[in-house]
Amino acid sequence: MVTFKDFRNNVKPNWCPGCGDFSVQAAIQRAAANVGIQPHDLAVISGIGCSGRISGYIHSYGFHGIHGRALPIAQGLKMANKDLHVIASGGDGDGFAIGIGHTIHSIRRNIDLTYVVMDNQIYGLTKGQTSPRSAEGFKTKSTPGGAIEPSLKPLELALTSGATFVAQGFSSDIKELTAIIEAGINHKGFSFINVFSPCVTYNKVNTYDWFKENLTKLSDVEGYDHTNREEAMRVVMENEGLVTGIIYQNEDAPSYQEQVPGYAPTPLVDQNLKMSETEFNTLLQDFM
Amino acid sequence: MLQQLSWKVGGQQGEGIESTGEIFSMAMNRLGYYLYGYRHFSSRIKGGHTNNKICVRPTQVRTIPDDLDILVAFDQETIDVNYKELTEKSIILADAKFSPVAPEDCLAPMYIVPFTEVAAELGTSLMKNMVAIGATSALLNLDKAVFQEVVDEIFGKKGQEVVEKNMQAIQQGFDTMAEQLGDRLGEWELVPADGKHRLFMIGNDAIALGALAAGVRFMAAYPITPASEIMEYMIKKLPLFGGAVIQTEDEIAAATMAIGSNYGGVRAFTASAGPGLSLMMEAIGLSGMTEQPLVIVDTQRGGPSTGLPTKQEQSDLMQMIYGTHGEIPKVVIAPSTGEEAFFDTIQAFNIAEELQLPVIILSDLQLSLGKQTVDPFDYSKIEIRRGNLINTEEIPEAEDKSYFKRYEVTEDGVSPRVLPGTKHAIHHVTGVEHDETGKPSEAASNRKAQMDKRMKKLQHVNFSDPVYVSAPYEEADILFVGFNSTRGVLEELQQTLIAQGMKVNHAHIRLIHPFPAKEVQPLVANAKKVVVVENNATGQLANILKMNVGGHDKVINVLKYDGTPFLPLQLEKQVKELLK
Repeated sequence: MVTFKDFRNNVKPNWCPGCGDFSVQAAIQRAAANVGIQPHDLAVISGIGCSGRISGYIHSYGFHGIHGRALPIAQGLKMANKDLHVIASGGDGDGFAIGIGHTIHSIRRNIDLTYVVMDNQIYGLTKGQTSPRSAEGFKTKSTPGGAIEPSLKPLELALTSGATFVAQGFSSDIKELTAIIEAGINHKGFSFINVFSPCVTYNKVNTYDWFKENLTKLSDVEGYDHTNREEAMRVVMENEGLVTGIIYQNEDAPSYQEQVPGYAPTPLVDQNLKMSETEFNTLLQDFM
Repeated sequence: MLQQLSWKVGGQQGEGIESTGEIFSMAMNRLGYYLYGYRHFSSRIKGGHTNNKICVRPTQVRTIPDDLDILVAFDQETIDVNYKELTEKSIILADAKFSPVAPEDCLAPMYIVPFTEVAAELGTSLMKNMVAIGATSALLNLDKAVFQEVVDEIFGKKGQEVVEKNMQAIQQGFDTMAEQLGDRLGEWELVPADGKHRLFMIGNDAIALGALAAGVRFMAAYPITPASEIMEYMIKKLPLFGGAVIQTEDEIAAATMAIGSNYGGVRAFTASAGPGLSLMMEAIGLSGMTEQPLVIVDTQRGGPSTGLPTKQEQSDLMQMIYGTHGEIPKVVIAPSTGEEAFFDTIQAFNIAEELQLPVIILSDLQLSLGKQTVDPFDYSKIEIRRGNLINTEEIPEAEDKSYFKRYEVTEDGVSPRVLPGTKHAIHHVTGVEHDETGKPSEAASNRKAQMDKRMKKLQHVNFSDPVYVSAPYEEADILFVGFNSTRGVLEELQQTLIAQGMKVNHAHIRLIHPFPAKEVQPLVANAKKVVVVENNATGQLANILKMNVGGHDKVINVLKYDGTPFLPLQLEKQVKELLK
């Protein structure tokens, strides 16, 4: 039996004490164990920033890539080996600033992997500049007069981009977060999970207490139906995005890989590379 | 009889000019002739002058001639733009529809033929191309049966009636022309060819076929001129092998997806041109730093910025060698013929896996899009080498969860490579400087050890024939040096100058980086002048040559950066001018 301890390695994270990312790491480890994944069958692909370090803190295969590009690396890997469980992760700068294009297109494409964004609404590793998720008026080193641009709305964005799985968690509620990630891993298609993961050093506004006061759990919303996209959009907008739980899931949508013409039912990595002489000669005929 | 034929068809883009050239070429190819084509086109879908120039002869040809024997014109612009290529022995066939006018100083006679009218009488003016082909075959005295097979293949799907109509169009084109020509019928007859079937393809086809033969199962790419044909070929063929192509949101995604797939153990690549390559630079660095194999095709076009998207240039050389910040080991390969494009692509995938680094296949627009005859590829020469790839369950379980040494410092710098999913081989991969297990490390001693290990790999590039050498002379007056599609024009000029009594050698660089100094050095040492011919404004190859083998006092730059390829006579003049 696999337990979350199997996903622990002997590296001490360099996150600040109290950082929300510790809980995200723990939730991923627990969720992977709950699903019954063997550590060597999991690959965690991360971006750059404090959160990007997560690939090195989980006992699994890990790829710490370049800023904003965790998703294409993860998609290429999943296309190569469909038997692997692939989790991509990074911060709000990674996924919503430099990598926003990949985020939207990964959602549209619906390749079967799980994307966990550690959203702290600030740039931490570069020591406190505004993020696309910073609230309007939020004062940072780069916005001394307060942020002018409105905050990006990841949940609405995902819902309008054709997402088949949208969820949001909070670092303080590790139980709910674990359940969400577990559901994301089990979802057949691209699962988009935004996690409020407070930065205790540079974000003095969106603190643990602030979230506790402002977040609504969807499990507390009577009769909430997460298979209804319109309802999901309405509830998210009504609560200004401050909800947690599985917001939307379409279990019937086929994944990208199920729809690619000719895509092998077995992992591409297991294929014999050399084509036969007959196959080769058939290809040459096109040019004769 | 003509020893070689230079034929051009021109008109407005979107009018079927390309298919006219295509059908004529296919027929000549079936007869066993060697062909080499050049497309003049613009970055727009319809409208604008376009032309297709084709050289046909019974022996290998890899350049287009300066002159034209036959010009087929579907609009006045075709005549105005191209008549300077005509001589007294040439001929213009112009469609009566646009009331063509020959310029006063035009040396060639013009025959006005009712291409459109004949086609319209047969049912549709779209067949004017076939009428023109028929007219051409009257000049060449070709049997129209030659076209039957080609027309069957192209129009067979549309039914017998369409096939017959097209054949009639060819016949009527022939008859109409024959009547006008009188005694001159067949005056442009070519010496016969051997009738052997050979490949007729663009360089991009050869590269794509090479990738498939190398075992590629995944491609991620973003459309761009002049690289898109590679992706289009893979989209057609990869499903037959279980693989897939993703058209990505941008070139950054294309390169990083290819890295992800290679990390997973599947041969994957991307193909683009200058603007795309500029976007991929960070990913190339990631491949170098994380030692993940990556193959990227750069089909050079006119730069900088958007530059000349549909024109010939060779100005990405320096960026391909040095591009990405910091220092990584990288291999740059530059094939110069269709055959090399095929085999060098296979070599690129082997080297990328053997040395676990990025390999750039450098092409240029003329090689990538110029349609040429290629002798059939020898299947037995296809070799797949995957290097130190450990794919075994036999790796012992590590104590205390310590990581597999994916970046172990070894003698040749190549570390054992395992794929995710392998039991007991868990490790970390990062673009941050790391230790042997892939954990981030900033320690000075580790930095030096890992840097040395990575760079050392460049000493072990296993690439056969890094330079094409044609050196009949021990002591030469001139050594020509070039890369990519200038191969043919230099081969031709070498022969011309030798016939004029000069001692000329020719080296065409196939492995650009690491530079094959050992092979090139003696050729440079034994030449009075080293003439480096390239399609750029700053002499990039000449500079690379000087950096690696010296010869500063005798290197002469021959440059062309107007968007068009070198032509043999033009180049001869340019070289002689510089040698004065």
